[in-house]
Amino acid sequence: MSAGFLLKRLLMAIPTLFGVAVIVFVLLRIVPGDPIAMMIGPGATPADIEQLRVTYGLDKSIAHQFVLYIGDLAQGHFGTSISMRQDVMELILGRLPVTIELCLMAMLLAMINGGAMAVIGAYYRGRWPEAGIDGLAGFMLAIPDFLWALLFILFVVILSLSGLPISGRISHAISFDAVTNFYLIESLLRLRFDVLGSVLLHMLLPALSLALPLAAIISRVLKTSLNEAMTQDYVQLARVKGFSRLRIVAREALRNALVPTVTLTGVQFTFLVGGTVLVEKIFSYPGIGNMAIDAVINRDLPLIQGLVLTFAVLFIAINLAVDMSYALLNPRMRHG
Amino acid sequence: MAELAAARPVWRQAASNWRIRIGGGFLLFLVAVALLAPWIAPHDPIDQDLLMQYLPPVWAEKGEAGFIFGTDNLGRDILSRLIYGARIALIVSVCAALAAGLIGTTLGLLAGYVGGWVDQAISRLVEIWMAFPAVLLSIVLVAVMGTGLHSVIIAIAVIDWTRFCRVVRAETMAQKAQDYVASAVTIGLPSRRILIREILPNVMPLLLVLLTLEMGIAVIVEAILSYVGLSLSSEFPTWGSMIGAGRQYVNQAPWLMVLPIMAVIATVLALNALGDGLKDTLDPVMRK
Repeated sequence: MSAGFLLKRLLMAIPTLFGVAVIVFVLLRIVPGDPIAMMIGPGATPADIEQLRVTYGLDKSIAHQFVLYIGDLAQGHFGTSISMRQDVMELILGRLPVTIELCLMAMLLAMINGGAMAVIGAYYRGRWPEAGIDGLAGFMLAIPDFLWALLFILFVVILSLSGLPISGRISHAISFDAVTNFYLIESLLRLRFDVLGSVLLHMLLPALSLALPLAAIISRVLKTSLNEAMTQDYVQLARVKGFSRLRIVAREALRNALVPTVTLTGVQFTFLVGGTVLVEKIFSYPGIGNMAIDAVINRDLPLIQGLVLTFAVLFIAINLAVDMSYALLNPRMRHG
Repeated sequence: MAELAAARPVWRQAASNWRIRIGGGFLLFLVAVALLAPWIAPHDPIDQDLLMQYLPPVWAEKGEAGFIFGTDNLGRDILSRLIYGARIALIVSVCAALAAGLIGTTLGLLAGYVGGWVDQAISRLVEIWMAFPAVLLSIVLVAVMGTGLHSVIIAIAVIDWTRFCRVVRAETMAQKAQDYVASAVTIGLPSRRILIREILPNVMPLLLVLLTLEMGIAVIVEAILSYVGLSLSSEFPTWGSMIGAGRQYVNQAPWLMVLPIMAVIATVLALNALGDGLKDTLDPVMRK
């Protein structure tokens, strides 16, 4: 990949980021509704309100506020959280690893699940298992992650599956003085398999809730490309050579059908990341999604602002990575 | 046979599509339930009776005959709340889908037809909008605007107009390349007239499909907002707030959550089926 292309894509992300910052500003300060009234409880005196107004610079003109806001963002200052009285950036960075591990696990589950469904569907092309897989994918896609999460909780409670945790990240019985918040990676490196097991078990249902809709999309796209690949000459050749149908689908065709799936999966990954907001809340999972809902409930304006921007930066970064990997996989797109 | 099928009026084809029958049938049922709520609900949906807390469904051991699907943490009848909840779900989904459709279609038509800097500006705006986590943004918006029916509808419309804008823009560009638009330009029709009287009717089938699908999304977003406690005040029973209460007391009373979740899922599946069925029937390419 040429350095020029890379630079161009990076530069294109800057106006998008700026636009995001502008919209967050507009939404939180200009939309009808007073941010101070939103932050403060009933019982506050006019003096309290005035004090907060000055503290957050809201007594200045909108233009002045905007300049201060962009200046702070450019220096990485997100302000101080009102509810937790800590630096917003520190708070977010502390929780971010939790969400990153959850999203990557969800992605892995989606790829395994969707990949298996696609291969089975392509193997049984035109027969009843394919129709069954299509129906299943339609169902998995129609139900959003939020409802999958609640359905899983319902199953666990009704079937009394007490071994499957439905809240938290790690069992209270385990003490683990983590250096980083990447429990999964750290427990693996320190060979703490009790921690690893507990973290994986707690992660299973939230990750699965996030994974199912994406798995459905992967299975649809991959199956279409697999079926297309099955008509190609090299597959005919493999057939003439007498390879089994399973081997042809899973080894020869799969390899060539992956490119469109990878691209699409990357784009859909942003939706998965966005889904953590509710899924983490439902499973009391301590990541930035859960934190975002709490910030809204606590009317913690600086924290809300920081979190919305963090999600936006993650989305832009993922899209950038997808564009680049696509260019890497497909030389024709490099100069597009 | 192909000509025969094409000659049948669209509504006849629509009526024979099983997806439209199932999806549309369920939707009609829901509309009837919402309209007749005061007559068919066995109890007042906000009537609390602390002596009747956590009653299980009637077929369970401690069920009461008067409360078919049991009562919630405040002793309110679950079936009645479910029936009244259909009203909110329908109002929000129809209004929010129409509002998002109006914004998105207007911008999409403009971007696709005018092109040039207008298209670039609108496309850029869509791109920036897509960089936001939709659910979080709607939650924040409602928190800023204050809870209430209009806030929920505005929040969904402000978040989801991009879906319409992208599709309508692409379709308008395709329509613009057709001969009928070139003829309209040649005989000197004003642009506004071409857009509204010539192109819009041709985009309409697609728009109808998008509106149906958007209604399904709006039902989910409303449920999410009520789940978080940000949709309507507690006087109004909503499916999302029922789910929220159910999550809180899931260990004591798992049945609190079952019915509202099923209601949301059934509505969303019905709207998806209707949308897919309409797509099959209305899309000329698919029809061939």
